[in-house]
Amino acid sequence: MAIELPENVVVSKLDALGSWCRKNSLWPMPFATACCGIELMATGASRHDLARFGAEVFRFSPRQCDLMIVAGRVVMKMLPVLQRIWQQMHEPKWCISMGACASTGGVFDTYSVVQGIDRFVPVDMYVPGCPPRPEQLIQAIIDLQDKIQREGTIDGSEFSSVTRQQRKRALMELPIIHQPSQTVSRTN
Amino acid sequence: MPVTQPTVDSLRDRFDNIVESEFRGQTRVVVPRGSAFEAIAFLKEERGFDLLVDLTCIDYLNYRDAEDRFGLAYLLANTSTDERLTVRVMLNEPDLTVVSIVPLYEGANWMEREAWDMFGIVFDGHPDLRRILMPEEFSAHPLRKDYPLQGRGERHNFPVLTRGEA
Ligand code: SF4
Repeated sequence: MAIELPENVVVSKLDALGSWCRKNSLWPMPFATACCGIELMATGASRHDLARFGAEVFRFSPRQCDLMIVAGRVVMKMLPVLQRIWQQMHEPKWCISMGACASTGGVFDTYSVVQGIDRFVPVDMYVPGCPPRPEQLIQAIIDLQDKIQREGTIDGSEFSSVTRQQRKRALMELPIIHQPSQTVSRTN
Repeated sequence: MPVTQPTVDSLRDRFDNIVESEFRGQTRVVVPRGSAFEAIAFLKEERGFDLLVDLTCIDYLNYRDAEDRFGLAYLLANTSTDERLTVRVMLNEPDLTVVSIVPLYEGANWMEREAWDMFGIVFDGHPDLRRILMPEEFSAHPLRKDYPLQGRGERHNFPVLTRGEA
């Protein structure tokens, strides 16, 4: 059965429409803890102008954001704060790990620096560099937009898909050192 | 400006076992632990050392020719004569207690907390001796030389948040 469509009408899936709206109005939450934060600011400022990609509305309240950009090293005293902020953000939400430090700990392989935030919070995009150029961060945001468009569903079911869960589980099974005598109990 | 001889001499007259040394124009005196508070109080009240520039600690574990484990350093300055003096107190385990100088210099409060946090030096009489840099539940003193650089796994000891639950 063929239906004749009038001009100016496009047929799409509701999922694609929802994702299209989401990806073009990302509200970043700047979690800038170190030098990468400077490049993050440059990305938002006039020269590199993140507004061209619909992600310029930096908000300092996690309640209003859907994209957490972790820019800088996270120490063990900061990690509970990071997790709290991540939990306070509403779904659908995404996370960019910006720079070597946020992704792996970078050169700070010391007792207090968390060796990659992806051990403890989900990460969608990693940006290499120390610090990454604003162009790299913009590329990461564009890639994230592609990802949102590809995977996004209107009811957010992509966040609990089997492959997604498997990917996350692979991350969780990274060797995490536990030393019972020295462990510090933490509940939150 | 380095410290003047009358200051060191007056300190010598007043207290026993003061060891004086000089390095590149800077004078250091090592004061026995028991008289540290009195010596600093004397310097402040009678010799005009009204500024505590810094208070820090050095771990001499495996340091060449070192006899004592920890060296507590008080950097004092006299803001009217520009004299500067380093007062050191050597400490050894197991008793790492010294008298807090917060009653003399308010600014010593956080510096002593840092020395406690990083080296485990106990400051007797400190109003609020808590950790200042590391989290409260942390159990080690990480700037000690026998603490491994990469820690003992504390940095990995957190709950993992996944997509499903957050
Ligand atoms: S990756 Fe480099 S620029 Fe970024 S926070 Fe680490 S040290 Fe700083």
